[in-house]
Amino acid sequence: MKYLNKTAIDSFFKKAYIIMKNIFLVLKREYLTRVRKKSFIVMTILGPLLIGAFYGFIGWTAMSSISLKKVEVIDESNLFKGKFKNTEELDYSYSSQSLDNAKKDFAKSNYDALVFIPKDIMDNPKGVKIFSEKSLSIELQNGIEKTIENEIETIKLTEAGITQKVLEDAKMNINSETISLSEEGEKSNSSVAATIIGYVCAFLIYITVFIFGVQVMRSVMEEKTSRIVEVIISSIKPFELMMGKIIGVALVGLTQFTLWILLSLAVTTAATSMFGEKFAGSPEQRMEQVKNMPQAQEIEKQVKKEAKGGGGIYGKAMKAVQTLPWVTILVCFIFYFLGGYLLYSALFGAVGSAVDSETDVQQFMLPITMPIIFAIAIAQFVIREPDGNLAFWTSMIPFTSPIIMMVRIPFGVPAWQIILSMVLLTGGFIGTTWLAARIYRVGILMFGKKPTFKEIGKWIFYKG
Amino acid sequence: MNNILEVHNVVKRYAQHTALNNVSINVPKGLIFGLLGPNGAGKTSLIRIINQITGPDEGHILFDGQKLHPEHIKEIGYLPEERGLYKKMKVGEQLLYLAQLKGLSEKQAMEKLKAWFIKFDIKTWWTKNVEDLSKGMQQKIQFVATVLHEPQLIILDEPFSGFDPINANLIKDEILELKKKGTTIIFSTHRMESVEELCDHVALINKSHKILDGPKKQIKEQFKTHTYSVEYLGDLSNEFEDFDIISTNAIEDNYKKSTIKLKPEVPVNRLVRQLIDKVEIRTFGENIPSMNDIFIAAVNEIPQ
Repeated sequence: MKYLNKTAIDSFFKKAYIIMKNIFLVLKREYLTRVRKKSFIVMTILGPLLIGAFYGFIGWTAMSSISLKKVEVIDESNLFKGKFKNTEELDYSYSSQSLDNAKKDFAKSNYDALVFIPKDIMDNPKGVKIFSEKSLSIELQNGIEKTIENEIETIKLTEAGITQKVLEDAKMNINSETISLSEEGEKSNSSVAATIIGYVCAFLIYITVFIFGVQVMRSVMEEKTSRIVEVIISSIKPFELMMGKIIGVALVGLTQFTLWILLSLAVTTAATSMFGEKFAGSPEQRMEQVKNMPQAQEIEKQVKKEAKGGGGIYGKAMKAVQTLPWVTILVCFIFYFLGGYLLYSALFGAVGSAVDSETDVQQFMLPITMPIIFAIAIAQFVIREPDGNLAFWTSMIPFTSPIIMMVRIPFGVPAWQIILSMVLLTGGFIGTTWLAARIYRVGILMFGKKPTFKEIGKWIFYKG
Repeated sequence: MNNILEVHNVVKRYAQHTALNNVSINVPKGLIFGLLGPNGAGKTSLIRIINQITGPDEGHILFDGQKLHPEHIKEIGYLPEERGLYKKMKVGEQLLYLAQLKGLSEKQAMEKLKAWFIKFDIKTWWTKNVEDLSKGMQQKIQFVATVLHEPQLIILDEPFSGFDPINANLIKDEILELKKKGTTIIFSTHRMESVEELCDHVALINKSHKILDGPKKQIKEQFKTHTYSVEYLGDLSNEFEDFDIISTNAIEDNYKKSTIKLKPEVPVNRLVRQLIDKVEIRTFGENIPSMNDIFIAAVNEIPQ
């Protein structure tokens, strides 16, 4: 008896070893042929370069818009003398000539813009006119308008006997703070940060499942249409071939992501060091610039005020981001990413095995892409009510849980729900992989005619 | 009995039809075994079962006396009828990959491949993409992939299709050399001339049943019609006691050709003696059925 058990265990390990070895051989080929493809190399390099180019473009446009603009102000009301503040970008000068003369001379003068403030500005706020040869940037226009508005406001308030001090005291800034009550005590939480994180994670899973799933499908179809598949499955089991493919494609995806992140960082760093200095100048200068912008002054005041009261909006945002369950998010992201990918790519593989040509794909793709599209579509409702019934059930069903659970997790989900959902997803992908393997082993050897869903259903029950 | 492969009462059913109905076949070691049959007879189903691509619904298979087992995959080489390679993969890498799937280590595979590349004089192909090779070249690569791991049993499904006569001969020589080394070859085809030339033993499958099985010589004996052909000058119109003249045709230069059927238990010499008296004989010979005749006769005549 003892001897028998030992040989049984030995043969089990031997079998497991052979399966692993075969899967490894397949995934190595899948990985290497893909990674060495020109399209992979081009995409890997082009991705970060595009990001870099984008970043560079923004830097460049920002830089080019910094050039000093001269603005001539004709202030008939005499209320605004010295109120327009010169900055690095804007140089205001006041002139007392008439509007008509100024307009006539405008083309000859080196002014970029001409601002006219009429005498009756206090009664007729619409009388302000801005002239320029080229259309003005919205920023400049807003800046000028804001300065005039503020000034009029102050004057009118002073006339009414209200001082700036009274005004500042009266301003209350409401920034609601959502607090979730849990066993760990009160936790400051920002639902905006949670929404963004949840949605980004869910969307990443959605996109990658689609891209890699289709890659698995194409790879299966390639083997089927080139007819090499019969030679291969006379050497190894169809299941080993399918698993090797799925894991190989996943590794290619991870490699590309990793390279993108690394190269993007490198390119961004390079771009920053190239454009950055010219663009931003010294930090002090930059601060000065910000301070001088009229809107920025408002914000600055607020920030200062709130900073006194402890925890400004920035501090609060940082605190909110820090209090998100980061470890849970990361662990769950990896789990749901892999689970969702395995579940769907096995099905994509089965579709690839069932069809002969690209044109037949659509019909079979539909039923497997429906649930995942459905999931991303209802994600917005789930965000509104992350603990509702819809959220709960769709985060339990393995076909939608990789996306919906990721949307919910930043808002905090009870541990038992996460565990149950993970168990169900594990069961789900084992189930679909088994199912897909049954279809796959029959499908890859079926040529010539397009199967019906009924026939595919029968394949599942074919023996050995 | 020294059989490399024994198929016992194998049944394979698909949704709509039965592909193999109680088929039993023994393949003796070291021979070239012809597995014949019309299209759709069930040959490919049987081959796939032997290759463990699918399993039988009933019956069992012994490989070298042992029940068929995944370990036996290494001992079988299979060249399917529908063949193909990864188009965008380099020839060398592809062969290394296929050999490793059959259980060879990379080093072993490399050594064996070198020998084959020298033998076929295709060293320059190693770094070429498969899609850059001609169809015949690809076939050669596939043949190498089939035999590289030196299996005991090689199954070739229509191996000569797509080969020009020169390359077909090259492959034929390789098959004969493998046989000399003791490899058993199962040869599935409906090209009877290559069966005639190569096979020692044949089995015929028709409509999912095995209808014929045995050494080629024995089968030919079995299908003998006891007819003789004779070419001669003169006339053979008389009725004879010992034989019947089935047909007579005029051929060139006043010669005629007749097919004569001997009555049972009559020795050939008596026929020859009587013919000599009547006509001037140019040629005389027994009509031995070709595999082609046997194939057609067996498929058409034996009712299911």
